[in-house]
Amino acid sequence: MASARAAAPPVVTAARPPRSRTAPKGLWALPPVAVLALVFLYPLGLVVRESLAPGAYAGVLASASFRDALVTTVWLAVGATAGCLVLGFVLALIVAFVPFPGAKAVSRFIDVFLSFPSFLITLALLFVYGTVGMANGMWTGVTGAAEGPFHFLTTPWGVLLAEITYFTPFVMRPLLAAFSQLDTAQLEVASSLGARPARIVRRVILPEALPALAAGGSLVLVMCLNEFGIVLFTGAKGVTTLPMLVYSQAILESDYAAACVVAVVNVAISVGLYAVYRVVSKRAGA
Amino acid sequence: MLVHSRTGRWASWLVFAVLFVPLFAVPLLVIVAASFSTHWSGAFPSGPTAEHYAAAVRGESLQALTTSLVTAVAASLLALTLGTWAALAAAALRGRGRRLLDALFVLPLAVPSVVVGLAVLVAFSRPPLLLNGTRWIVIMAHTVLVTAFAHQSVSAAIRRLDPMYEQAAAGLGARPSYVLFRVKLPLLLPSLSAAAGLCLALSMGELSATMMLYPPDWTPLPVLVFTATDRGSLFTGSALAVVLMATTLLVLLAVSRIRTRASYR
Repeated sequence: MASARAAAPPVVTAARPPRSRTAPKGLWALPPVAVLALVFLYPLGLVVRESLAPGAYAGVLASASFRDALVTTVWLAVGATAGCLVLGFVLALIVAFVPFPGAKAVSRFIDVFLSFPSFLITLALLFVYGTVGMANGMWTGVTGAAEGPFHFLTTPWGVLLAEITYFTPFVMRPLLAAFSQLDTAQLEVASSLGARPARIVRRVILPEALPALAAGGSLVLVMCLNEFGIVLFTGAKGVTTLPMLVYSQAILESDYAAACVVAVVNVAISVGLYAVYRVVSKRAGA
Repeated sequence: MLVHSRTGRWASWLVFAVLFVPLFAVPLLVIVAASFSTHWSGAFPSGPTAEHYAAAVRGESLQALTTSLVTAVAASLLALTLGTWAALAAAALRGRGRRLLDALFVLPLAVPSVVVGLAVLVAFSRPPLLLNGTRWIVIMAHTVLVTAFAHQSVSAAIRRLDPMYEQAAAGLGARPSYVLFRVKLPLLLPSLSAAAGLCLALSMGELSATMMLYPPDWTPLPVLVFTATDRGSLFTGSALAVVLMATTLLVLLAVSRIRTRASYR
């Protein structure tokens, strides 16, 4: 990558802009922080306070449904993120650098895809892989069997498929934006110097895409941890995640203390993982 | 152009089609197909009808559509202002202050939207600010949820911005406000409009926090889609979903009109 960028002019020590008589820079940060504190930090603080009601933590942490939800949430999120990163990178690469007629329409399509309420994917999958859906209908039509082979929709695998489908565009979008800023001359130079596509991807495109990949990946990891609509709509008893538990405790059972405890645990995991991810992706050179 | 050989290009397009069509195009087509039919019990839907659409563009559904639009526009404008301000303020700071500000504004992204809904519900159902049961609580939750996205995409663009431009402008004697409005913001306009599109799209499709908060007189379209499908009217729900998708497409088109020709491609 260093060679590709060697054309940049050497940086001359720029004269520092004169310190003016205006307010110190820190002061400009105050208004947005104040608004955020009112609409977000203060409510979050109240949730933490509610969760400290006597006996709330002991009751929730001891329950088996909570522990199941915890394990399910984490492995689903990690699996879906890995899938989205691989799939998103491959697809964005082709859209940006092996353009075909309609590639622009595809990126527009992705924008619209982002606007789906996530549970719509599950609804669509119901028509595609459901017990009487397209895939099973075709199978029984062709083989004459009584029922089709696809029954994974109400298992965690159905949620995983829905999450990968739904969240891949969130990886592709920042990637496509980053690719559109990439000077194509770099690719032409690398390729005329004899680099093969795989090498160009590894040495030129990937370094340039790392910030976007890190941003997209961390986004997807956390969004998967926090996904609610897909799980709600799957409606399977075997798949309960933490956000689902928060909703059912608060709205269906009106047990706000328990809901707040689950919420605090969910926030701790999401924020913790997100922080780790940010540190790691910074180290990786993002 | 990355792949120069003909076969290589066709191979990559084939890979693209095999991955893209079943995963992304089929679900969309399936929803559109379902919205025009009365039942589905085989390979293809049957009983073509446009009745679901007739129901989807009047009364309750139409009101839900306007509710969604108003909420999305209000929340996105607020979030863009807040996010851009914070991103610019953070870029002017250095060291610990900058990291703290960035961390604060990514935080809503890491917090589950269900929890944002719960928190806003808990906080504004009591004095001094009693907002529960009003539309403002929905707009507020949406703003919180999309601010992080606006902030992240704008601050990423600021990091990519060549500091040479503002230094040149400042060196030529431009005041900070002039540099901001005539140099930095125009350069950031492509990412700002991209961020606006993202915010609008996310807000229009937001369900989880809304489910915790919405008052009966402020029901956004996704909630209506959910209640329809939840009571078993999958086909009505599909029609409502198609209306939602079409509206979002129109909004995104309008936003991309604002985009300048500043980006490479």
